[in-house]
Amino acid sequence: MLDLTHEPPKPKVIAGAKHDWELVIGMEVHAQVASRAKLFSGASTQFGAEPNSNVAFVDAAMPGMLPVINEFCVEQAVRTGLGLKAKIHLKSAFDRKNYFYPDLPQGYQISQLYEPIVGEGEILVDMAPGIARKVRIERIHIEQDAGKSIHDMDPTMSFVDLNRTGVALMEIVSRPDIRGPEEAAAYVVKLRQILRYLGTCDGNMQNGNLRADVNVSVCRPGQYEKYQETQDFSHLGTRCEIKNMNSMRFIQQAIDFEARRQIRIIEEGGEVVQETRLYDPEKGETRSMRSKEEAHDYRYFPCPDLLPLEIEQSWVDEIAANLPELPDEKKARFMADYGLTEYDASVLTAETDAAGFFEEVARGRDGKLAANWIINELFGRLKKEDHDITQSPVSPAQLGGIIDLIAADVISGKIAKDLFEIVYTEGGDPAQIVEERGMKQVTDTGAIEAALDEIIAANPAQVEKAKVNPKLAGWFVGQVMKATGGKANPKAVNALVQDRLGL
Amino acid sequence: MSIDKETAAKVARLARIRVEPDRLETLAGEFNAVLGFIEQLGEVDVEGVEPMVSVTPMRLKRRADEVTDGGMQDKILSNAPDAREGFFAVPKVVE
Repeated sequence: MLDLTHEPPKPKVIAGAKHDWELVIGMEVHAQVASRAKLFSGASTQFGAEPNSNVAFVDAAMPGMLPVINEFCVEQAVRTGLGLKAKIHLKSAFDRKNYFYPDLPQGYQISQLYEPIVGEGEILVDMAPGIARKVRIERIHIEQDAGKSIHDMDPTMSFVDLNRTGVALMEIVSRPDIRGPEEAAAYVVKLRQILRYLGTCDGNMQNGNLRADVNVSVCRPGQYEKYQETQDFSHLGTRCEIKNMNSMRFIQQAIDFEARRQIRIIEEGGEVVQETRLYDPEKGETRSMRSKEEAHDYRYFPCPDLLPLEIEQSWVDEIAANLPELPDEKKARFMADYGLTEYDASVLTAETDAAGFFEEVARGRDGKLAANWIINELFGRLKKEDHDITQSPVSPAQLGGIIDLIAADVISGKIAKDLFEIVYTEGGDPAQIVEERGMKQVTDTGAIEAALDEIIAANPAQVEKAKVNPKLAGWFVGQVMKATGGKANPKAVNALVQDRLGL
Repeated sequence: MSIDKETAAKVARLARIRVEPDRLETLAGEFNAVLGFIEQLGEVDVEGVEPMVSVTPMRLKRRADEVTDGGMQDKILSNAPDAREGFFAVPKVVE
C-alpha cells in the first residue's frame, strides 16, 4: 500500500472592508438509513408512495403505541461509525427532543442527545492531488425523521404527509474543522461516497436522503490556530446555523453569503447573534428562522419508552470484519497496484460501480491504458447521453478486448477509437468486428512500402523539400496513413519514411 | 429551583397549554410545591451509583427490518379534523 501523505489546503480568506477574515465551519449531516422499514415501526420507507400510506399507528403517535427498534438501522449506524474510524459505544440511549410542529405527531423526536451510539472519528476530505483536510467527527446518533408539509397546494392550508415520519436518520456531526465553502461541499461529497461504499445510505440529495445543516462563523487570521491548540471556542466568532440544505451548490453559496453577512455586521461595530437561518436559493441569501428561535428550548429527557441500547463487542467485530474496502484504501491500492496517478485513482474510485468496472478491464492488462480508456473515452461517451457506468452499453470484457487489440498491435490507437464507437453503438465482439470490417493495422512492410513508393514517385518536389527540412517527413507519414485508410502501423510507416528519404 | 410567573408562562407556552395571566401565580406555586417534594431526593447520596432505568433486567427489544405495517391511509386520517387528497390539512404553517 502507498503511504498517502497530504498537505492541508489553505483556508479561504475573505477580504472585508477593514480586515481579512477566515471561515470556520462545522457540519451536521442527516443521512437516511437505507432500511426497508422505519426506525421504530414496521411501515415502509419507500419514497414517493401515496401520502400517509407508509404510516403505522406508532408513527402517527396513536395513544398506547410503543416503539420497537429496527436492529438493521442500529447495524447501519455502527457500520457508518466503523467506516469513519470512529469509536462505537456499546451502550447508548434515546432521548426525547420536544417541540410542536404539524409534521411531528408525537410532539417530540426520539434522538440520542446524551449518549450517542458513535463517538469520535474522522474523514479525509480530498481537495486536489496531495491536498486533503482531515475533518474530525464528533459523534453520530440515530434519530427519527419528521414528516413532510406541503404549502403550495392550497392558499390557506398546509398539507401534511407522514410517510417520512419515523424513518431512521443518522446525524453525523463534525467538529469545526472545515475552512471554506469548497471544503464544505467536498466534505459532503466524501461523506456521501463513504456512505455509498458502506451501503448505509443511498446519498440521494434530491429526495432529501442526505441533508446538511451548516454552522458558520468568521474570525481573524490566527484565531483558528489558537482554537486548535486549546479547543477553546472563545477564540472563534459567534456561529449561525444554516438549516436543511440538499445541494452542494447551495451549501457553497449559503456559506459564502453568510460569512460576508457576518463580516459586515462585525466591521460595522455590531455583534453576530447566534441563531438558526434558512438559505433562500432564489434570492441567494440567508434569513433568520424566528419560529425556530422561539421553540429552541427542547427540554430533552430520556425516552421512557425505550431501554438503553446495549450491543455486544462481538457483534461490532463481526460488522467490522465485513466492511467493504473504503474509498481511501481503494484509491491507494489503485495507485500502488496499477500505477495510476492520484487523480485517475480518485476518478475511478468515486463510485464502487466504476471502480469494479475498471478492475475487470484492468485484470491482466495494462492498468494505465485501462484507466485512460475508461476515463477519457467511456466516461466521455456516457456523459454525452447522461448515462452512468451501470448503463454502459460496452461491457468490461468488450473494452478489454479493444485494449488487447491495441496492445497486440492489431489496430492503431486511432482505429481503436472508431472500433470503440462501433462497439458502443452496435455491440459485438471487438476482435470479430476488426476481422470482418478489415480494420486490422497493416504491419506488412511490403504493403506500406508500395504505398510510400507511389507517393514519393508522385511528389518529387516534396521529396526535395523534405531532404532540406526533415520536419516535412510528417507529410509523407500522413499520406501513407491516408492511402492505407488509417490502418498502417504508424511506427512502421515512420521508420520507412525516414529510411526512404535518407534522413 | 424556584419557578416564578415568567417561567410558568414559558412552560405553558412550550407545552401549548393556555393559562390565563391571573392563574400564573397559583400555577407557579403548584410547580414549586411539586419540585420541592421531588427535590427531597437530592438528599440521598448517589455518588457512583448508575441510574436505574428498568426494574427488570431486560434487553431492549429489537425488530427485523421488514415491512409489516402501513397501507391504511383511511385509518390514519380517520381522526383528522380535516383531510384532503390523502393529506392531513392544517392551517397554513410556512417557514
